[in-house]
Amino acid sequence: MSDLFTGYAEALQRSPAWDEMFAPGFSLRRDYRPVERALEALSLDDVTARAESMARTFLDRGVTFDYAGEERAWPLDIVPRVIPADDWDVLEAGVAQRVRVLEAFLDDVYSTMSVVRDGVVPRSLITTSAHFHRAVHGFRPAGGVRVHVSGIDVVRDASGTFRVLEDNVRVPSGVSYVIENRRAMSKGLPEAIGSVNVRPVEEYPRRLLAALRRTAPTDIEDPVVVVLTPGVYNSAYFEHTLLAGMMGVELVEGRDLVTRANKVYMRTTDGERRVDVIYKRIDDDFLDPLHFRSDSMLGVPGIVNAARAGNVTIANAVGNGVADDKLVYTYMPDLTRYYLGEDPIVPNVDTFRLEEPAAREEVMDRLDELVVKPVDGSGGKGLVIGPDASPAELEELRRKLLESPRGWIAQPVLQLSTVPTLAGGRFGPRHVDLRPFAVNDGEDVWVLPGGLTRVALQEGSLIVNSSQGGGSKDTWVMARTGAAARPADDAGPEPQVHVVGDDWPEEQAPSPLEEIGLMPEQQQQARQCADADPAPGGAGREEESC
Amino acid sequence: MLSRIAESLFWIGRYVERADGTARILDVHLERLNGAGAEEQETVTRELLTIMGVPQPEEYTLGSLLNTLAFTRSSTHSVSGALGAARENARRARETVSSSLWEALNTTWYGLGQHRRDVVGTYRFCHWVLERTAMIRGLADSTMSHDEAWLFLELGRSLERADMTARMLATRESEALGLSWVTMLRCAGAYESFLRTQRATMGEEHAGEFLLLDRLFPRSVLRALQDAEQCLVSLDPASNRVGFMDDARRIVGDMRSTLEYSTPDQLETSLPIFLHRVQLSCARASEAISAKYFSRGQELSWVGEVS
Repeated sequence: MSDLFTGYAEALQRSPAWDEMFAPGFSLRRDYRPVERALEALSLDDVTARAESMARTFLDRGVTFDYAGEERAWPLDIVPRVIPADDWDVLEAGVAQRVRVLEAFLDDVYSTMSVVRDGVVPRSLITTSAHFHRAVHGFRPAGGVRVHVSGIDVVRDASGTFRVLEDNVRVPSGVSYVIENRRAMSKGLPEAIGSVNVRPVEEYPRRLLAALRRTAPTDIEDPVVVVLTPGVYNSAYFEHTLLAGMMGVELVEGRDLVTRANKVYMRTTDGERRVDVIYKRIDDDFLDPLHFRSDSMLGVPGIVNAARAGNVTIANAVGNGVADDKLVYTYMPDLTRYYLGEDPIVPNVDTFRLEEPAAREEVMDRLDELVVKPVDGSGGKGLVIGPDASPAELEELRRKLLESPRGWIAQPVLQLSTVPTLAGGRFGPRHVDLRPFAVNDGEDVWVLPGGLTRVALQEGSLIVNSSQGGGSKDTWVMARTGAAARPADDAGPEPQVHVVGDDWPEEQAPSPLEEIGLMPEQQQQARQCADADPAPGGAGREEESC
Repeated sequence: MLSRIAESLFWIGRYVERADGTARILDVHLERLNGAGAEEQETVTRELLTIMGVPQPEEYTLGSLLNTLAFTRSSTHSVSGALGAARENARRARETVSSSLWEALNTTWYGLGQHRRDVVGTYRFCHWVLERTAMIRGLADSTMSHDEAWLFLELGRSLERADMTARMLATRESEALGLSWVTMLRCAGAYESFLRTQRATMGEEHAGEFLLLDRLFPRSVLRALQDAEQCLVSLDPASNRVGFMDDARRIVGDMRSTLEYSTPDQLETSLPIFLHRVQLSCARASEAISAKYFSRGQELSWVGEVS
């Protein structure tokens, strides 16, 4: 075991969290073997030099995020987060299921509201949501899809169970960093990435473009797709340019578009050109001064009417915010059963609704041990972690909660799982979450293998948001083939650790089908989740707002 | 392509060329200035800043010259300001420029602050800038399709180059600056070309002619105007039948033929006038290009609800 792991075992004993790399007793989990071998060969100097080189490359290429008004290099840690194939099967199925429920719910909310009629949720849940827009009630978007892109945040609790922390179906951001992290890691840890079979992430832009084209208004043969950005001052501007560039479409600002007779055009050097699909990276509120904030400088007057008339597809659909409200989140298990007749594959985190008197009373009593979140906050804003809050802060919070119970939910403090992360010259366990991204083209939901792993850089901290100084990790989903390359023998000495199999059956020899690259259909079995003591989640939504 | 993006590309071309030209001019004048007395420094600074058409500073010292032409970030007349503006435009057109070009502009921008602001530091800075701009041009040329986007980049570059070479020549014309023709040719990177072309039989007095009229030297005014004209033709081939509907093309073509068909005597006697006209034509052509390609029609202004 490398010197860099000095003190890791003790740190693990201090923390009740599930560690992704080491099983209890400091034994290496099987899928981390190649990573451990690669790190074994490196000294602190090597690791530091590589980390600096990755940061430098990010800065040069302009892979930055906006931190307190300045461009910072995107923070990427050298230890990847590895997800075994079996775990991924569950997550993939769970995320796709979640997207189908959200689609059904939104379609219902903006048409017949049968979910209210059948008594699954109270009407007020929908009508009091700040993101329920009457302007888009009563019509189905061209192409029939509302959640083209989603980011479903999941965390792993102390028992190793994945749970959904929140849904992001308005303007989920971060996928560009998934692509960039993978690019950087091929230089950051080539010894490991070359020796394992990691599922690729580069096809995301192609999948997204295909979905956007598929959902264009019906009579268009070769739809024109654009990405709509608020402009260079938006913290996710880098992502907008990367996606537009990789899809080979125009990146437009509101002022480049004009609507006439319910059709949308862009201003080009060749005169005006019709636009069919708009992948919007702007909040609904700023999208159309005719319907929403009339002081918006970023939007396009008349764009919502053009969408209502069926002349343009807006992705994601306007009004989606009603589905990723954190109060709606608490009803997701019921909604899954109502719309799909299935149980949730990936469970929720237990949540108190402050609207309900009994729950509110309990929360008030236990305020100092819970996490309280605003229902439509983003980027971890407004979130209060009870155990870390001062008495004065708790008093302030208590007042706010009583003032507007509809605006808040409370959850137990989740012990997010940990991954070794470089800090202070060695590796220490740091808490991570995961945002898998899904693309819905109307036929099926494709989940990008992996997603964005964010990591809290302070020991014990649960705040992983990059806007609040969190870091990130490349996320490696192991491919399910028997033919995964083994590390070469000259990759250093055998690690002197006992490798545990985590109770998985040994993989069988590949069948001829697998040898030629055909995967047999995997049975997606959700593991039964033990009713472990649910714990608290930290992370909050990372979505764009202007 | 989007009008807004076309405009950004046009300005990237202009700003990069401006940084290059300004660095060249500064470079050749620094040598003399270093040993000069305060009075001479003041005269030269005043003269140089006038020729470069920059807003005049409060005091004419060596320091203010270096700051105004090399380092200040707040004005696009300085090398640093021009490169910063080029980078900002590339940020806005990032999905259109190649990633190599963006990266070259971005790393250049990060490198701007790493130079000492004294004479020796500026000297090194100028040479670094010439290398960086050459790299930026090379990457644009070899990693972008020569399509409409590239044509706008090239158009901006050519117009700015004609303007910059005219200003270089103007600094030679100024008595106060006392540049020799040889230094002038070195400034434009044209010395060896000139010798090889003229086989050293012609005197140095033909250097002005060479920088103005040589059809094969890439930095001559005539060649730059021809390049700009060629870009305008490619951008709008439809207007190639009868007359010239395109203002920019008319302005550039008019200037080009004036230069091409003037006698050497005319040029020699009225060189300052010609140089001034070149600069004027470039400015007017730039306006005409904006009006034709970059105009946003009527910008919608939005009035909130009146309560």
